[in-house]
Amino acid sequence: MAGTQATYSRKDHERAERLRYLGDIALVILGIVVVWQILHMLAGDVAISSPLATAIRAGELLGSANFWPHAGETAKALVYALVIALLIGIGVGTWLGAHKLSGAVAEPILVALYSLPKITLYPLILLIFGLGIEAKIAFGAIHGVIPVTIFTMNAVKNINRVFLRSARVMKLTTMQTVTRILLPATLPEIVSGLRVGFSLTLLGVVIGELFSSHRGMGFLVMRAIGLHDVSTMMAVTLILAVAAVAISSILLYIDNRLHRRT
Amino acid sequence: MSHEVHARLEGVTRVYPAVAGNPPVHALGPIDLDLRKGEFFSIVGPSGCGKSTCMDVLAGLAPPTKGTVWFEDKRVHGNVPDGIGAVFQEDASFPWLTVEDNAAFGLRRAGVDAAEIRRRVEYALSFMGLKDFAKAYPAQLSGGMRQRVCIARTLVLQPRLILLDEPFGALDAQTRLLMGDELLKLWRETGATVLLITHALDEAAMLSDRIGAMSARPGRFLETVETGWSRDRDSRMLEGETFGHITGRLWQMLRSESKRAMGHEGGVA
Ligand SMILES: Nc1ncnc2c1ncn2[C@@H]1O[C@H](COP(=O)(O)OP(=O)(O)OP(=O)(O)O)[C@@H](O)[C@H]1O
Ligand SMILES: [Mg+2]
Repeated sequence: MAGTQATYSRKDHERAERLRYLGDIALVILGIVVVWQILHMLAGDVAISSPLATAIRAGELLGSANFWPHAGETAKALVYALVIALLIGIGVGTWLGAHKLSGAVAEPILVALYSLPKITLYPLILLIFGLGIEAKIAFGAIHGVIPVTIFTMNAVKNINRVFLRSARVMKLTTMQTVTRILLPATLPEIVSGLRVGFSLTLLGVVIGELFSSHRGMGFLVMRAIGLHDVSTMMAVTLILAVAAVAISSILLYIDNRLHRRT
Repeated sequence: MSHEVHARLEGVTRVYPAVAGNPPVHALGPIDLDLRKGEFFSIVGPSGCGKSTCMDVLAGLAPPTKGTVWFEDKRVHGNVPDGIGAVFQEDASFPWLTVEDNAAFGLRRAGVDAAEIRRRVEYALSFMGLKDFAKAYPAQLSGGMRQRVCIARTLVLQPRLILLDEPFGALDAQTRLLMGDELLKLWRETGATVLLITHALDEAAMLSDRIGAMSARPGRFLETVETGWSRDRDSRMLEGETFGHITGRLWQMLRSESKRAMGHEGGVA
């Protein structure tokens, strides 16, 4: 068949793309390590530990039993914050998208909120939620909810009308229209929102941990700074960064896959 | 053929209300239309004359501004009545579902049992020439194939009145003729009433029992042409003489209307 040949060449093409992509990633990582090493040599051990020392310290941390409860605490806060950001963001975004007027009013407000440094809200969060995990979750969710809302709102607003007309011809109930048409049609955009929201949520949670917290990765960083333990501080940051990049990449992959279908 | 009325438009007009500074648009009518049970009726008319609007009103997707709509002796308002299937001008295949899941979509929502769904979907996909693409996603298909997915999705629901809005718009002329043959086969096998909207005069002339020629916006029927074809016709009639007469007649009526629709002065040959 004529299609087979096209499929082969596309597969080859995809493999070449992937190789080039991996090559790019390797190059970026190498670049980071080199710059880091140079900075270390300029600033010395008191300010920046070397890449190698940091990696060794990170390995020690990962192997120590004391480290994991902190990682777990951050992960737990992150997951809760993401779930809250998703639920509120999808709910509010859908409503705003379906009601054109309120959407038009809300959009500039959302964009303004998006660029507002949310650290200014932190004292308020602490007052409301206290010093426990709740404050971190709230602070993370505040960061994540806005992109999810904006992406969802635009997806709902721009949904292909002919899908909704098809739903009516096929006599779907309102519930079926929401779960079988609206949700899958907007999912790629919601995932994009989640992808953007994820990094911000993690940022929010960790910032929340930097101050007034006794657990979590942010707390480990703060404590290491207090002890002038530069390599630990940088090792924790490295672990966080690697985890964040890994999860982001997975989300990006899902995001691309979903978008390729549309 | 019986002359029992299957669906009826009575004095129907449709005016799109004014939005955001744009004046209201009188898109259609007033028109009267009797669709006979089991007939193949086509609507031809210049671009923007209100053909799609007419279909929306008939399907119960949009309310008529004036007039009444009937389907199987019941008034249509607010909802799409049972027994009507519609294939839209725009691609309505769901990009998140495979071809076979698209085809099964309506049946699943209606709670039809799985074995029956499989049977009907398999049949519809092979009928529409999509059997080899059952597991593909619409993004992997051409525009014409996606439109066929939408036809399959409608067919499996076994509608008694099938509305098709330029379903072959994305096809080349040859494939379009072949799809026309398939459509005739479908029409004969299902016994359904078919309303086809098309801008191709030869397509209308070849497929239909009757053809309604519409004026430029607001669309009104200028004339209804009876073709007199037998029920087991196919595209070979294109070679015949009658075919030329019918398309000639349609073009005669639509020429000035099409000019008018394009903003030229009409009527003055
Ligand atoms: N939702 C809408 N709001 C306002 N005006 C509309 C709307 N839909 C259609 N119209 C207008 O109504 C007129 C008829 O539109 P319609 O889509 O029914 O034409 P058509 O005959 O199907 O055209 P085509 O052959 O290009 O598909 C057009 O002038 C169009 O601009
Ligand atoms: Mg149209």
